[in-house]
Amino acid sequence: MDIRSQISMVFHLDKCIGCHTCSIACKNIWTDRKGTEYMWWNNVETKPGTGFPTRWEDQEKYKGGWEENKGKLRLKSTDKLKSFTNIFHNPNMPSMDDYYEPWTYDYKALFNPKGSDDQPTAKPISMVSGEYIDIKAGPNWDDDLSGSSVYAKNDINLENLTDEQRDQMFAIERLVMFYFPRICNHCLNPACVASCPSGAMYKRGEDGIVLIDQKRCRAWRSCVSACPYKKTYFNWKSGKSEKCILCFPRVETGQAPACFHSCVGRIRYLGVLLYDAEKIEETASLPEDQIVQAQRDMILDPFDKNVIAEAKKNGIADSTIEAAQNSPVYDFVKKWGIALPPHVEYRTLPMLFYVPPLLPVMSAQDGKQVKNVNEDFFPDFDKARLPIKYLANMFSGGDEKFVRYALEKQSAIRAYRRAVTVGDIDIKDAERALIKADSSKEEAEAIYQAVSLSTFNERFVIPASHREQAIEMYEDPLKHKQETGFGFNEEPKRGL
Amino acid sequence: MEQFNEILNTFFFILLPYLSIFTFFLVSIYRYKKEKFGYSSLSSQFLENKQHFWGLVPFHYGIILILTAHLFWFLFPGTVLVWNNVPLRLYIMEISALLFGLLTIIGLINIFIRRFSDKKVKTVTSPFDWITLIILTTQVVSGLYVAFFFRYGSSWFATSMTPYLLSVLKFSPDLSYINAMPFMVKFHIVNAFTIVLLFPFTRLVHALVLPLPYIIRKFQIVRWNWDRKKTRNAENKSV
Ligand code: HEM
Ligand code: SF4
Repeated sequence: MDIRSQISMVFHLDKCIGCHTCSIACKNIWTDRKGTEYMWWNNVETKPGTGFPTRWEDQEKYKGGWEENKGKLRLKSTDKLKSFTNIFHNPNMPSMDDYYEPWTYDYKALFNPKGSDDQPTAKPISMVSGEYIDIKAGPNWDDDLSGSSVYAKNDINLENLTDEQRDQMFAIERLVMFYFPRICNHCLNPACVASCPSGAMYKRGEDGIVLIDQKRCRAWRSCVSACPYKKTYFNWKSGKSEKCILCFPRVETGQAPACFHSCVGRIRYLGVLLYDAEKIEETASLPEDQIVQAQRDMILDPFDKNVIAEAKKNGIADSTIEAAQNSPVYDFVKKWGIALPPHVEYRTLPMLFYVPPLLPVMSAQDGKQVKNVNEDFFPDFDKARLPIKYLANMFSGGDEKFVRYALEKQSAIRAYRRAVTVGDIDIKDAERALIKADSSKEEAEAIYQAVSLSTFNERFVIPASHREQAIEMYEDPLKHKQETGFGFNEEPKRGL
Repeated sequence: MEQFNEILNTFFFILLPYLSIFTFFLVSIYRYKKEKFGYSSLSSQFLENKQHFWGLVPFHYGIILILTAHLFWFLFPGTVLVWNNVPLRLYIMEISALLFGLLTIIGLINIFIRRFSDKKVKTVTSPFDWITLIILTTQVVSGLYVAFFFRYGSSWFATSMTPYLLSVLKFSPDLSYINAMPFMVKFHIVNAFTIVLLFPFTRLVHALVLPLPYIIRKFQIVRWNWDRKKTRNAENKSV
C-alpha cells in the first residue's frame, strides 16, 4: 500500500443556480492578465449543451484522455514517439476559434460621436489583435440555451439515446436543463502530466494538486490536447500553458479556493481523501463500467487503524489524517455513494465528484407533483424527462446503476424530510422508502445536514499544509534573515 | 586592397566565429539560469491552426534534416568524400540536400505569409521574430544557391569547411581553406555565424531544450515538498 492524500471536491448539481459567481471570483484573481482573457479555469455550462471549448467532450476530435489497449494504458492524443513528430504542429489542439476571441468595446466612440441620426455605438474590439471584430462566440455563449439546435442538440452525451428519448428532451415546454460547473479535476492519473514532454507538469505529493511549472513549460502544447476536460489553457501571450491551481496559495493558508468560497448556491465541498496510489494504473485500465466502483475502492477509510498506521509511515501528517476523517467528500463519495466522477471513461481518475441532479428527473411526471402514495413512491426514473442514460453517459461511463442509486437515495431523503417537516407523507412510508434506497434515518439526517445546513467549516475541511517543512527541504530560512525574501523572483516576462 | 581584404577576412572568419561561439554559450546558459521563463518555443498555433501546419512542419523537417546533414559532413568528412567519389552518389547527396533546403524554404514562405496575414498571429510577432525569420531565410536561400550552382557542396564541406572549423576550435584559425571559396559560399558561412550569434537572444533557444528525457520518463510526475519518511508528527519525534 502506498497511501497518499488528495484534496478532493464534491459539487452538488441540484444546488447550482447558474449564477457564475464562481467563474467571476476565479477570473478576478487569476485570469485577468494579458493572454488569459479567454480562459475560464472555472466555468459553468448548461447541460445539455456543447460546453467550453465547444464540444470538449468529443474525444474523436480532441483525443483527450487515455485509451486502454489489451490492459495497457496509452494517451489517446499521442504516444512517446508521436509527441516528437507532432511537436511542430499538434493536430488535436483546439484553437482560439473553439473557445472565443476575447473583446472589449470602443467606448471612446460614445463620447465623441460624429453627428448622426442614430445613437452612437461602441464597437467590439478584439483583446488579442486590438482591431474591430465581429463577435462569433463569448463566455457562456450557450448559457441557458437548452433546446437549441445549435448547442443542446450537439451535446455528445446524447449518444446512445433513442430518438424517443431525444424527442422527449427537446419537446417544447418540456425542455430540461441543469448547470454543470467545472474546474480542473486534479486527477489521480492526469493525462496532462503524462503528456508533457518537458516534465513541467506535476502532481503535488502532499495534496495532489496538479500544477504547471511555468519555468519549465516550453509551449509544446501537449497538455492542451491531452486533458480530456480541456482544463489546461494556452496563454498565447506568455507562451506557457496555465490551469486551475485550486487556489493553492489560499488552500495553504487554510482558506477555501475562491470559487468554493464565493459559491452562492453552496454547492461545493472540499476535503481530503486518503487513497492507495499503487492501484492507480490498475484502476484506470479497467473496463469502462467498472471504473466508478474501482475508483471508489481506492479511497481508504481514514478511521481504519491499518490505514492510519500506513499513512503515518508514508509521512502523512496527523493533521491531514484528521482532516480526512472530517472530510465531507469522503461522506458523499464513499459513505453515501451519491457523488460520481465525471466521464470516468477518459481514465484520468478525476477527483472532483458530482451529485447528479434530481430536479429535472423528478419533474418528468408531466408537470404533476410527485405522488405520495406507497407504490408510486419513487418517481419513475425511466420515464424521466432527462433520461438516466444521459446522466450515466456523463457520470458513470454509461452504467445507469450508479446514477439510479444516487437519485433514488436523494429522492427518498427528500420524501423523508417532507414527512418530518410538512407531514403530508406518512413517516412509515418515508422510512420504508429510505430502506429501499439503501439508506436509513440516520444517514438521511446526515445527508440532509450536509446538503442543506452545513456551515462553511463543515463544507471546506482544509488540512494544514505544513509548508514550513517544505521550505526547510530546500532552504535554511534562518540563512535569509534580514533579506528581502526568497523564491521565484524572476518577472514572468515573455521570451524574446 | 589586399590589406582591406585581409581585415575583412580577419573580421568575418576569425573574430566573428569566436564572438558567435562565446556569445552562444554564455547567453544561452545565462538565460537558462536566470531568465528561464523566456525559454519557450512561443507557439502561436493556438491563435491560428490551419496555415500553421503548412509553415511549421515543412520548415522544421527541412531544417532539422539539413542541419543533420551539415553535422554529418563535419564529423565524418572521410566518409563523405568516399561516398561522393561516384558521381551518381554525389548527385544523390546534393539533390537530397537541395530537397531539404526547398522543404525549408517552402515552410519559411508559409510562415512569412501566416505572420503577415493573420491579425492575431501578427500581434504576438516581435521584432526578434522578424530578425530570426529573415536571417534564416537568407541562410537557406544562400545555401540553395550554393547547392544549385556549385554542385559539390558536400565534398567542399568535407575538404575545406571541416578543417577550417577544426582550426577555429583549436584556437589557430587557418583561413587558407576559405580564401579560394566563391563569394556566395563565404556569405553562407558568415551568415551562419551571425545566426549562431543571434541564436541565444531569440526564440531559437527552444531547439536547445528538446525534451528527449521524455522518451524514457515515467508518465506520471509527483513532486514531494518534503521527505515522505521524515515528517514530524506529534508522536514521531525521531526527526
Ligand atoms: C530540435 C528540435 C526542434 C523542435 C522540437 C522545435 C519545435 C518548435 C515549435 C514547437 C515551435 C512553435 C511552433 C508554433 O508556433 O506552434 C517552433 C518554432 C520555430 N522554430 Fe523550432 N524546433 C526545433 C528546432 C528548430 C531549429 C533547429 C530551428 C532553426 C534553426 C528552429 C526554428 C524555429 C523558428 C524560426 C520558429 C518560429 C516559426 C514562426 O515564426 O512561427 N526550430 N519550433
Ligand atoms: S457560484 Fe455556485 S451556484 Fe453559482 S454558478 Fe457557480 S457553482 Fe453554481
